[in-house]
Amino acid sequence: MTRVLEVSGLRKRFGGIAAVDGVSFHVDEGEILGIIGPNGCGKSTTFNCILGQLAPTEGEVRLDGRVVTNMRPAELNRLGVSRTFQLLQVFPQLSVRENLILAGQEHKGTMLSRLIGPADAGLGAAAERMIGFFQLGHLTETPAGELSYGQQKLLDAAMAFMAGPRLVLLDEPAGGVNPTMLSTLKERLRAINRQQGATFIVIEHNMEFVMSLCSRMLVMAEGKVLAEGVPDAIRANPVVIEAYLGH
Amino acid sequence: MTRGQRLLAGALAAAVLAGLIVAPLSLGRYGLYVLSLWAVMSIAAIGLNLTLGYAGQVSLAQGAFVGIGAYAAAILTTHGYPLALAVVAALTLSFVVGWLLGYPALRVQHHYLAFVTLAFSTLAFLVFRNEEWLTGGIYGISGVPRPSLFGLSTAKPLPFYYLCLFALGVVTIAFWGLVRSPWGRAFMALRENPLRAASLGVDTRRYTLMAFAIGSALGGLAGSFYAPLAQFVDPTPFTLAMSLNLLMMVVVGGSGFFFGPYFGAMVAVLLPEWLRFAEGYYLILYAILVMLLLVYSPSGALGILDRYLRRRDARIASALRAAAGVGLPDELVQ
Repeated sequence: MTRVLEVSGLRKRFGGIAAVDGVSFHVDEGEILGIIGPNGCGKSTTFNCILGQLAPTEGEVRLDGRVVTNMRPAELNRLGVSRTFQLLQVFPQLSVRENLILAGQEHKGTMLSRLIGPADAGLGAAAERMIGFFQLGHLTETPAGELSYGQQKLLDAAMAFMAGPRLVLLDEPAGGVNPTMLSTLKERLRAINRQQGATFIVIEHNMEFVMSLCSRMLVMAEGKVLAEGVPDAIRANPVVIEAYLGH
Repeated sequence: MTRGQRLLAGALAAAVLAGLIVAPLSLGRYGLYVLSLWAVMSIAAIGLNLTLGYAGQVSLAQGAFVGIGAYAAAILTTHGYPLALAVVAALTLSFVVGWLLGYPALRVQHHYLAFVTLAFSTLAFLVFRNEEWLTGGIYGISGVPRPSLFGLSTAKPLPFYYLCLFALGVVTIAFWGLVRSPWGRAFMALRENPLRAASLGVDTRRYTLMAFAIGSALGGLAGSFYAPLAQFVDPTPFTLAMSLNLLMMVVVGGSGFFFGPYFGAMVAVLLPEWLRFAEGYYLILYAILVMLLLVYSPSGALGILDRYLRRRDARIASALRAAAGVGLPDELVQ
């Protein structure tokens, strides 16, 4: 199986505090890896170091075997790495359709062709398909800022898939989403994983959601990897139960 | 936009254009000067609207770019070069200087960036005033000629007004294309959420520099028409006051609204003239009107219209849903 992402000895220090302390893991093509752990254990910092939003103090990140440590987020995105954020990050004044076109436009053509080419960068049909796929059809022209929290979460996820990414990092996609919409989100993520072979890394606190979605789990505590394995093994791991899941 | 709305907008645009062509026929020399100044300042304000309104980068240097363009045009045309060449030179020079001024914006934002651009504005003024060998210093450059185009002289106020109006028309069409293109979307993304924009592959560095460069180039373009309009260029108009005035045009008109600068320039250039009936009190009255407008609508004059249209659209959508007897699916309403 092709190794998509490989993280080795990742360390991030803020002054005297090691937020991420020697984390190593990998993700294979088509895999959904879940990362769980208590608040402040370094999950989001690990994401930010992988994605170039924070410069790691030590360690290496490889994408398809190529070293991408410290690469800028925009460059990484153009290499096929996409993400969602823990807090909602849509463009409130742009419509749902415009948000989706924006999410894919920088992958089409050159700067010049984006200036003189069609206004929708040739992504109008793709945006409509994504709107339908995430069941936002009745909100196409609505400014994203006027959507409900759950709808914005769906849009946020849809934007991450507009450019047909190879690897998607989802930071707490289930946070604040009601159970019905959560099952829609899970089903949509599974469908994309199945149909496009996209690889995911998911940070999540919702155990039911993440255990049923992911094929493999990584548990972090105090900046380190505490355990790694399939969901059932993680659920039964006494160290994980003691540190995070509880009895 | 529905077909009816498009027709209405088209008819309104045609009426405004016809008014701008026909109304000046009855105006005197001073009236034509003021209207030409409105067209020129609108171009500069459109540039600032791109940098500030669309891309969210604060600039207090737009007046300096008008000065750069004005001096470029004045120097070249008084040395016998055609205005067309001077316009290209002003655009190029302002674009390059604007691009360089964009670099600090990659590191500092908001009021810190405002101070950086303010320092540039002061620097440009000092160059205009002190580099006498080039700019004529405090004596300036007089006798800036107005061009002849296809054998037609624009020396008189009316033909020159039409030339300024033509330039504004070209800028309007080009700017409409720009803000509707993927570039326009990327500029707005830069304003609303640069972190997310970068994560979607938007090269925030390049777009930030472009926002400064294009906005500044439009300032330079405005300056290249300002010089032959006034037919005299000296450092006095290009102080920080002009940058602040342009900033006011953008804010009062509606920052980030396409037609905001046109309205803002109208308020800043034409309103004081209309208030002259108040004689010595006209500037006080003008300041009070501007303050009242911004207190009522911080998003500017076009913000009022935008709010009205949004409320109306929301009411229509709600009525349509009620008429159809369906609400949003429960799972989508939280």
